[in-house]
Amino acid sequence: MSAAREPLITARKLTKRFGELVAVDGIDFDVARGEAFGFLGPNGAGKTSAMRMIGCVSPPTAGELRVIGLDPATNGPEIRGRLGVVPQQDTLDDALTVRENIIVYGRYFGLSRATSARRADELLEFAQLTDRAGSVVEPLSGGMKRRLTIARALVNDPEVLLLDEPTTGLDPQARHVLWDRLFRLKRQGVTLVLTTHYMDEAEQLCDRLVVMDAGKIVAEGSPRQLIDAYSTREVLELRFEADDHAPYAPKVSGLAERVEVLPDRLLLYTDDGDGTASAVYDRGLQPLSLLARRSTLEDVFLHLTGRTLVD
Amino acid sequence: MNQAAMLESHAQKQPREGRMWRRPLIHYLVSYRRNWRGTAISGFLVPLMFLGVMGYLLGPLVDRGTGGGIDGVEYVAFVAPGLLAAQAMQAAVGESTFPVLAGIKWRRFYHAMLATPLGVRDIVLGHLVFVTVRIALTSTVFLVVAFALGAIRSPWAVLALPVAVLCGLAFATAVFAYSARQTDGQGFAVLFRFAVMPLFLFSGTFFPMTQLPGWLQPVAWSTPLAHGIDLSRDLSLGTPTATEAMVHVGFMLLWLIAGLALAEWSLRHRMVR
Repeated sequence: MSAAREPLITARKLTKRFGELVAVDGIDFDVARGEAFGFLGPNGAGKTSAMRMIGCVSPPTAGELRVIGLDPATNGPEIRGRLGVVPQQDTLDDALTVRENIIVYGRYFGLSRATSARRADELLEFAQLTDRAGSVVEPLSGGMKRRLTIARALVNDPEVLLLDEPTTGLDPQARHVLWDRLFRLKRQGVTLVLTTHYMDEAEQLCDRLVVMDAGKIVAEGSPRQLIDAYSTREVLELRFEADDHAPYAPKVSGLAERVEVLPDRLLLYTDDGDGTASAVYDRGLQPLSLLARRSTLEDVFLHLTGRTLVD
Repeated sequence: MNQAAMLESHAQKQPREGRMWRRPLIHYLVSYRRNWRGTAISGFLVPLMFLGVMGYLLGPLVDRGTGGGIDGVEYVAFVAPGLLAAQAMQAAVGESTFPVLAGIKWRRFYHAMLATPLGVRDIVLGHLVFVTVRIALTSTVFLVVAFALGAIRSPWAVLALPVAVLCGLAFATAVFAYSARQTDGQGFAVLFRFAVMPLFLFSGTFFPMTQLPGWLQPVAWSTPLAHGIDLSRDLSLGTPTATEAMVHVGFMLLWLIAGLALAEWSLRHRMVR
């Protein structure tokens, strides 16, 4: 059998409509076993709707979807029994303890009390929450709650972990702790599917990703491939003493392959940031600040949609 | 790893929706064990305070009146079974308002449940079984205290316990359906003020239904509370008749079943989109 080669999740012309609103507009994608796959896009791009369909809690309006080889329309409970879900908004029971939250969740899957309790202890260790096991959830920090939500989602030893905006609202340090845990899971062979509107998160975690905008997939590939295909190696950011940067665009024309005008700065796409910087000074321009950096997925998104990811 | 193999076997096949209600019930019981003190005052003490005030402070005045109690029944014996059914209704409504919207919106634990093999029907049934446990507990305490105080007149009163529970459940399902359609707690204030409170006052808890103006009587008889109270009272006084009992039970069952269908439909409409 080629079961291992077969994609774990496949979607063809997958569509979700809410009345007039088309949240997901006929998207195609495959997720292979063991990979970390991301949906990158701004708020409202349809990422969460796609995730909810994969998680078998929201029936597709049209198109085809297979998760672990099964049809969500007929095998929802079986599929959900093999998924782990980390929703965007925490769904922990604040009034229960950290450990009770995992045990109770294990029981939802039909695990025995003993199995749930044993899993809870293992997972608390994994989530670095063992010393908080007996405390009530309510006063925990955002990062701890997120780690608990992830630990809880692993109680059934899922084949796929779905993470919707896993680090939104966390401080940088808490994000790094969380990313480290997710790397470990990936190394253990858990397939990760995540949505994010943070390009650094997508770059850190995803082997492959699709860029979504207005319900459609506008590009697909590894972070490196996407940057190579849709951006230059480097970017030179220029800030001028002005409320409107558009008038400066003609003054730098010809200095870069492409120029993007943002309200507060100009982005010059070039393969040699420092070289372009000296060319800017040679033209007699006096930017307030000037920064040469590598291209990121943010630049890919800007190029593809003309908009920034985080507004 | 044999543990993985065991988890695997769990994962392969899940029971049909509606047969997994024990799983959310476990959550509610764990939660209740931790938090029951918070509901102890309203659940256990308030009904007993009513029994004390109405039965033993107001009651003697009624008993000294021209009728000598109510149709010859000492007032405390009249009011105790009424309060039994009425507190069951109040507890059931209480458990089916804020906690339901908490599951949907505030604590969002219904979302967590639906991300697992559980379905909407399991959530609704698990909730109802929990409400059953919850009302059975408070009703038992109430009955035992009322018995100890001499307010119960017949061993038939043991059956007033399931009657009170049935009465509460008949409200729980309909109120669940109502709660599943709310966006905030405002609708609950309306429910308590314009449904629960009038029912408590006008369904025969404190006086016989015949005291009501004629036009109001059919209105009062149209909800499960009047039936629950009437049957509890017949049992507690030792005067039940089979046909009347069947009508009362049948009426409450009808509400229960219709409410159940409505509750499931409302929650599905709200959660599965």
